[in-house]
Amino acid sequence: MSSISLSLRSYAPRSVWSLIGTLFLFLGAWVMVFPFIWMVSSSLKPTDEVYDANFSIIPRTFKGFENYYEVLFNQPYLIYLMNSFLVCCGILIVQLITAVPAAYALAKLKFRGSSILFGTVIAALTIPINVTSIPIYVALAKTGLLDTYLAMMLPFFISVFAIFLFRQFFRGFPDSIIDAARVDGFSEMEIILRLVLPSAVPAIAAFSVFSFVAHWNDLYWPLIVVTSQDKMTATLSMMQYQSDFDTDYGRTFASATVVTAPMVIAFLFARRLFIRGITMTGVKG
Amino acid sequence: MSLGTKKRAQTRLAYMLVLPATLLILGIYILPILTVFGISFTDYSLVSNYYEFVGLENYRHMLADEAFGNAIVNTLIYASLFLPSSFIISLFLAIAIQERKQFRSILEVLYFLPVTSTLAAMALVWAALMDSNQGVINHWAGAVGLGPFNWLGSETMVLFSMALISLWSVIGFNMVLFLAGLTAIPSSLYEAAAIDGADHPVDRFFRVTWPMLGPTSMFVAVTSSITAFKLFDTVAILTQGGPNRSSEVFLYLTFLEGFEYFNMGYSAALSLVFLGIIFLFALVQALFVDRNVQY
Repeated sequence: MSSISLSLRSYAPRSVWSLIGTLFLFLGAWVMVFPFIWMVSSSLKPTDEVYDANFSIIPRTFKGFENYYEVLFNQPYLIYLMNSFLVCCGILIVQLITAVPAAYALAKLKFRGSSILFGTVIAALTIPINVTSIPIYVALAKTGLLDTYLAMMLPFFISVFAIFLFRQFFRGFPDSIIDAARVDGFSEMEIILRLVLPSAVPAIAAFSVFSFVAHWNDLYWPLIVVTSQDKMTATLSMMQYQSDFDTDYGRTFASATVVTAPMVIAFLFARRLFIRGITMTGVKG
Repeated sequence: MSLGTKKRAQTRLAYMLVLPATLLILGIYILPILTVFGISFTDYSLVSNYYEFVGLENYRHMLADEAFGNAIVNTLIYASLFLPSSFIISLFLAIAIQERKQFRSILEVLYFLPVTSTLAAMALVWAALMDSNQGVINHWAGAVGLGPFNWLGSETMVLFSMALISLWSVIGFNMVLFLAGLTAIPSSLYEAAAIDGADHPVDRFFRVTWPMLGPTSMFVAVTSSITAFKLFDTVAILTQGGPNRSSEVFLYLTFLEGFEYFNMGYSAALSLVFLGIIFLFALVQALFVDRNVQY
């Protein structure tokens, strides 16, 4: 009984102003979410109903099944989604394989040139893909590699941000444990794989989310290197609609839903991890 | 094994561990940056193999180029609309949400949703919502006697509409950063301020919250500025710089020069100006922001 009154009290507004504030916060939240609601609702409608000025969330004529069936099975959206997935996975795997060992060496091993390397990592943190895109594009064009999965992934194979982040993380790992393991005859590789790496799982998970979301949503680089339909990523496919590519608007928004759904659904399942991973870098996207 | 050989073995291992990363940094960062510098002094274009060294001609051209001036002005107008609003609204939201602990997680999720979504796809939705004839926004504006507005088709409104879409996509992000900053403020400070007579919310804000939030505010301001300068996706999807170049922002112009007109030399010079500006922001951040304050 007392717990009920206690929880009621915690929900009771302290004042009318506080209640109004809360209402405004939820009104704002409605504005934030409305584009998603509109998109999903439109994806279930026939074309003429999408632009009906009398918007209703529930479709008057339900065309959802046809719209999604066509997007997924008559249009190449499954291929686009698979391309995005492959590219994001490829990038992430290489990023982890290259960044983790380098970060460990920078954090825990002494070698000549380590401060130059770390300085370079810090400097490279400020360089976005938009600046290096021309020479990388020209190099890919000269070697005939444009419009390949390799071209789509190549500029992102090294993440200086991952090196920076993991180095900070590894530095916090106690030296005494590493020394004790060395005395016990652990090789340096065993120390990395069996001691240090497991302790870095939270940092690696947060970075993985960041990397996956950033490259899933990336439009700039695929727009530059991809030319054929069968290499197109889900995000790039949205460029097709800039002209009247598809005059079936229900189907258009079914495809928009299909493209953005994976990240949104993953976010809803792992909210903490997403918020930490994405805000970690400071710069969105 | 002697200590000496052990040390040498460790050094050799260290080099092996950093080798792949070092090679990739050389190939993906160092070499391209040097090449961009080189290309920016030439009239290189991908369509012909013949090119000449033109010295500072590309940079001189920039000063005379109307498109460059136009892109700078557009970017500044867009930033002046986007930056203050994204800063103030997200700070306001963060404070309001912080005070309502029981709703914090649900509100955080709802406001953060646009950040994770694919902006290129959501831009299409915004185009439909902002449609001048049948869009929902104009329909609702009409219901209260406003409009109709030509959100994306009018030269005077298009940057405002871009700022609005960016605002929507970034508010949750800034808000989470502010929330983290607010959570780190010890409640004892508010109690002390209350004893000094500062218990009105406005007093509390200016005496405690704002000074304590300094590093977070700086961080948000710098990162938002960089984000503003990188505006690309919504322009590429919705307007392609139009109507009549009124939404052609800096990064989009650099992209056009490089990858549509293949003026690689000029585009390289533009990218370096772009890098210079990003670098300036990074410098401000390094000078004023203690990273440890963040997470």
